[in-house]
Amino acid sequence: MSAPLSSLESSTITEQLLLRLKIPTKLRNLEATLILFAMIITSFALALVDLGATGHLNVSIIGLSLGLGAIVLAMHVAQRFVARDADPLILPIVTLLNGLGIAMIHRLDIANGLTGWQSQATRQMVWTAIATIVAIAVIVTVRNHRILQRYRYVWMATGIALLILPLVPFIGVTINGARLWVNLGIVSFQPGEIGKIALALFFAGYLVTARDSLSMVGKKFLGVRWPQVKDLGPIFVVWLVAMMVLIFQRDMGTSLLYFGLFLVLMYVATGRAIWFVVGGGLFGTGALVASRFLTYVEGRFAAWLDSFNPTIYESIGGSYQLVQGLFGFASGGVIGTGLGAGHPSIVPLAESDYIVASLGEELGLVGIFAILCLYLLFISRGMRIGINGADDFGRLLAVGLTFVIALQVFIVIGGVTRVIPVTGLTTPFLAAGGSSLVANWIIVALLLRLSDTVRQQRDGGDVR
Amino acid sequence: MIKELRRVSLGILVLFSTLFASTTVIQVFQVDNLRVDPRNVRTLYDSYSAERGAIIVGTTSIAESVPSDDIYTFQRTYAGGGLYAPVTGYYSINQGLTGLESAMNDQLSGQSNSQFFDQVLALVTGTNPRGASVRLTLNASVQQAARDALGDQIGAAIAINPKTGQILALVSTPSYDPNDMASHDADKAASTYKSLLDSSNSPLENRAIASTLYHPGSVFKLVVAAAALDSGAMNTTSSVPNPSSLVLPQSTSTIRNSSGGKCGKGDTVTIAEALLRSCNIPFAEIGQLVGEKTIQDYAERFGFGATIEIPMPATPSVYPTGMDDAQLMLSSFGQFDVRVSPLQIAMVTSAIANGGKLMKPTVVDSVLAPDLTPLTTFEASEYSTPISTDTASTLVQMMINNVQSGVASNAKIRGVTVAGKTGTAENGDGNPYTLWFTGFAPAEDPQVVVTVMVENGGGLGQSGTGNSVAAPIARAIMEAVLAQ
Repeated sequence: MSAPLSSLESSTITEQLLLRLKIPTKLRNLEATLILFAMIITSFALALVDLGATGHLNVSIIGLSLGLGAIVLAMHVAQRFVARDADPLILPIVTLLNGLGIAMIHRLDIANGLTGWQSQATRQMVWTAIATIVAIAVIVTVRNHRILQRYRYVWMATGIALLILPLVPFIGVTINGARLWVNLGIVSFQPGEIGKIALALFFAGYLVTARDSLSMVGKKFLGVRWPQVKDLGPIFVVWLVAMMVLIFQRDMGTSLLYFGLFLVLMYVATGRAIWFVVGGGLFGTGALVASRFLTYVEGRFAAWLDSFNPTIYESIGGSYQLVQGLFGFASGGVIGTGLGAGHPSIVPLAESDYIVASLGEELGLVGIFAILCLYLLFISRGMRIGINGADDFGRLLAVGLTFVIALQVFIVIGGVTRVIPVTGLTTPFLAAGGSSLVANWIIVALLLRLSDTVRQQRDGGDVR
Repeated sequence: MIKELRRVSLGILVLFSTLFASTTVIQVFQVDNLRVDPRNVRTLYDSYSAERGAIIVGTTSIAESVPSDDIYTFQRTYAGGGLYAPVTGYYSINQGLTGLESAMNDQLSGQSNSQFFDQVLALVTGTNPRGASVRLTLNASVQQAARDALGDQIGAAIAINPKTGQILALVSTPSYDPNDMASHDADKAASTYKSLLDSSNSPLENRAIASTLYHPGSVFKLVVAAAALDSGAMNTTSSVPNPSSLVLPQSTSTIRNSSGGKCGKGDTVTIAEALLRSCNIPFAEIGQLVGEKTIQDYAERFGFGATIEIPMPATPSVYPTGMDDAQLMLSSFGQFDVRVSPLQIAMVTSAIANGGKLMKPTVVDSVLAPDLTPLTTFEASEYSTPISTDTASTLVQMMINNVQSGVASNAKIRGVTVAGKTGTAENGDGNPYTLWFTGFAPAEDPQVVVTVMVENGGGLGQSGTGNSVAAPIARAIMEAVLAQ
C-alpha cells in the first residue's frame, strides 16, 4: 500500500479517485460486521420479548428488525461515500442501544395492549428513521466541521430561541409538570433537545476564541488565580439561562445538563479547575434557593431522600414512580426475569423516563452493566476523537457532544437508582421520544464527521 | 487541553462508577428488602405465575389452580367450599394466605428446598415453575360426617388416628367459602373479608386449633387423673374425702358436684369413681394433693404451652402457674384459667388411647411433585410419651366405664366398646356452657380419637351438657370411621 501512496503527490485527480476506491475500506467493513451483530442481538431481543410476553412470535417484529436494519444501513452506506474514515464503533453501539430500546418499548406495547399507530415501538421506529435521515443530511452537508465554528453566534441565538420556544403561549405545552414541549399540530416536540447541540456548538466556538483571556489574566488570592470580573460575564449569562429553565420550564435535568456542559467546556478550554468552584457554587446556590421556593424541586428532593416514607410515596408527584422502579430493579436481580417475563409496565412512564428500570427488571444487573458498558464505550470513542482532535474547536466540540451524552446517562440512571434526585431527562437512544432521538443521532453524525477528519489528517490527507 | 480531556474522561468514569455501584446495591444487596415491601405487587404476581400445587384428599383435589386470563395467570379454586376451609385456609391476592395455603406455601409454590432442581430446570428451560401438591390425611367421608354431625352448632370436631397421629377430620363451624376470598377482584375479596370479620360467629376462626381457647371443664380431669396416677401421688385404690360441698381455702366460695350432693355413697371416693361421676370436689382435692408443679409437668408432656404445628400452627393451650390453693382446686376440674384448644384435648385422649405414647398430629400425608412422584411420604412420629402403658390402660378402663355406665352414655355404639369423657365447662355467671366430648373407639384397639367442642351451650344456655349435645356428634363421627 506504500507504493501507491508515495505516488499520490504526482497523481491526477482521476488517479486519486481510483485510488480512493481501491484502498481497502477496513473501517467500514468492520462497522458493517458490527452493525450486523447489533441487528442480530436486536432481532433476538425482539423475538424473546414476543415469546416471553405472548408465547408466540408476531409478524410486527420482522418489520421492526428490518426497519431498523435498513435505516442504519442507509447511514452506513452514506459514510462509505462521505466519511470513509469515520470511527467504526459509534454507529454499531448506537444501533444496539436504539434496537434494545425498541425491543423494550415493543415489550411495553404488548403489556399495555397498544398496536398499530398507537404502538409506541412503531412511533419510535418512525422517529429513528427521521433521526437517521437528519443525521445523514448532517454528515453529507457538513463536510468540514470548522465551518460550524464560523456561525457560533447563530448557534447561540438558535439555542436560546429553542429554549424559549416552549414558553411561547399557544404552542408551548406542559407535560408531566414540565413546560418543555411545543405542539406542532400532529406531534409534540421538545426543542430543548436540539438546543443542547446548538449550545455545545456555541460554547465550543466561543471558548476557542475567548480561552486566552479567560485563562491568562486575573488576580491571585488564597493561592488561586481568580478570573476577572468582566470575564465572569459569559458564565453568568449561562447560569441565568439554566436558572430560567429551572424556574420557568420546571426542568431540573435540562438545567443541570446545560450548566454542566458549559462548565466542562470552560475547564477544558482554559485548563483552570476554578471554574468548577465558581460555577458549582453558583448552580448549587441557585438550586438550593429554588428548592425552597419551588415546590416541585422541594418535592423531588424529599422523594429522593425519603423515598419509602408512606406519605411521600402516596403524595402526588411523590416517590411512587421511583419506588416502583426500584421494585422493578429488585425483581430483576442479577440475571433478570427475562425479556417479556417481568412486570415493567407497573412503573409509570416505563417506556421513556423509566426505561432503564424496565431493562433492569427484565435483563437484570447483567443487562444494565452491559448497557452501561455500551455507553462507556461510546463515550470513550467520543473522548478519543477529542484527544486526537485536529484543532481546538474540533476537540471542544467532540468533548462537549460526548459529555452531553455522558451527563445525560448519569442524570437519568442516577435518578432512577437514587444517586441523585429524579429529573425529567431521557436515556439517550433507549427511551421512547422523538426529539431526544433526533438530537442524539445528530450528535452521532457530528462525532462521525469529526472522527473522519481526524483520521484523514493523520493519514496525511490534509494539512494540519 | 489533552490533560484536561483526560481528566474529564476520568471524571466521567467516576460518575459511571457510582451507577455501577448504585445498580449493584439495588439489584444485589437490597433485593430482599425490596421484595418483601408490601407495596411491591410484583412479588404477588410472581407467586401467581407459578402453577400452585393442589391440595388433595383421597384422589380429589380440594384446592387447585386453574388457568385464568388475567394478570395473575392462575385462579385458585376450592372444590369443597366451606367443608375444607378450616384446613386449606385461603389464598387471596390482597388478604394474604391462611391455613395450609400458608403453612405449606413453600411446597405449594415450588420454593421448597426439595424442589430446588425443578426450579433450576424451569429457569433453564424457560417454563413456568410448578408447585408440589399436598395430599392430606383427611378422609372425605369422615370429614363430611363430622361437618353434618355438627350441623348448625358453633364448634369444632377433630378425628385423629391415635396410632399414627394422622388427622382424619378437622371441622370448625360456622365456616366460609374460600373461593370468595380467592377472587381476583381485589375489592370483592376485601369486602368478603370485612363481612366475614364482622360476622357475629367469626367464621374465619379455626375453632379446632387456633382461635380463642376454651375452658375444658371436666375433660381436663383426664390430665389431672393421669398426673395423679402416673406420678405415683395416688393409685387406683387410694381415695379422698367425699363431702357434699367444699369451701375453698382462704375464700368464702363453695364448690359443689354437678349432682348437687356427694360423689357416690361412701365417705371417701377413688379416682375411678370421681371420674365415672365426673365429680368436682374430689378432683379439687386430688389436684391439691398432686400439686401444681406435677400437673403442669404432665400438662406440658401432653403439649400444653407448645405451638403444635399440624402444620398449621395451633394456639398453645394454657395451664396457669403460680396459683394459690383455691385456684389450683378450681383449675383441677378445668375451670379458673385453664384454657385449651380442641386439638389439645384430642392429643391428651390420643396418648391415653395409644398406650401412653402421643403421636404428632398432622394433616399432611405426602408431598407430590408435579409429575406425582412423592417428594415426602408420611412417617408417623412420636411427640412424647407423657404416661406409662399401665397408667394409660387404667385410664382407658375408667373412660370405658364412663360411656357404659357413667355420664358419657350418649356415646355408646352398639357392638363397639367406646371410651370417653364429657365436659360441661362454665364460662361465668349466666353465660352458656362450653360442651365437650372426647373419646375413642374401639377401646380395645383404638382406630379413632374424636374430640367435639360445642360453644354457646349448644344453643341451650345452661341446660345442655357434654353428654346431651357433644357426645352424639362424636358418636356419629366414630361411626363414620368404623364404617370404613
